[in-house]
Amino acid sequence: MQKMMMHLLVLVAMMLSASGSYAAADLEVNTPAISAIKNSMQARHAQLAPHYASGAVGLTEDGLIAVRDVNAMPLKDRTGINALVGAENSDRNALYKEIAAGNGHPEWRGEIQSTFAGRWIDKAHVGWFYQGAGGWVKK
Amino acid sequence: MKRVLGFLGVAGVLSACVTINIYFPAAAAEKAADKIIDEVWQLQNDAKEPAADTQKK
Repeated sequence: MQKMMMHLLVLVAMMLSASGSYAAADLEVNTPAISAIKNSMQARHAQLAPHYASGAVGLTEDGLIAVRDVNAMPLKDRTGINALVGAENSDRNALYKEIAAGNGHPEWRGEIQSTFAGRWIDKAHVGWFYQGAGGWVKK
Repeated sequence: MKRVLGFLGVAGVLSACVTINIYFPAAAAEKAADKIIDEVWQLQNDAKEPAADTQKK
């Protein structure tokens, strides 16, 4: 019986140390893969910003972006907009995947994506559009 | 034998607790998201921001 109690104590100690170390952990976001995606998105933002402001492009509720209203953008930009939005969404998907993988938990990808979704919208400028439960909303 | 089975049972229950404790770190994820969004959208106009230089030219 005494031996079993000892085993029990060891297990409890292991459990506590495991939960403790995970509770304090920060997410690693400085891996080369994440930095490369971030730089690519930062460079693309100069092209996307006017479309966010005009309402041509909006933030989706799943942490991506979508063309909302092509009529809100100049004719010359319309042909390239799908490619631009597609490239941004590929980067965003890769970013969420890399953050999960870079922290040793690929299964966190979905939760990371929904965390970003909320933060993109919170940080969006006034006048930008985002997807709410009932459709597009102007911030 | 009973004791061994009892031990295995306790070990099983506790290891389940360990699995549950490796939860998604929501606060850390928000912090990471904020940091990345600030950089991508260049929301913090600190001195080292590279875009400020190109705009002045």
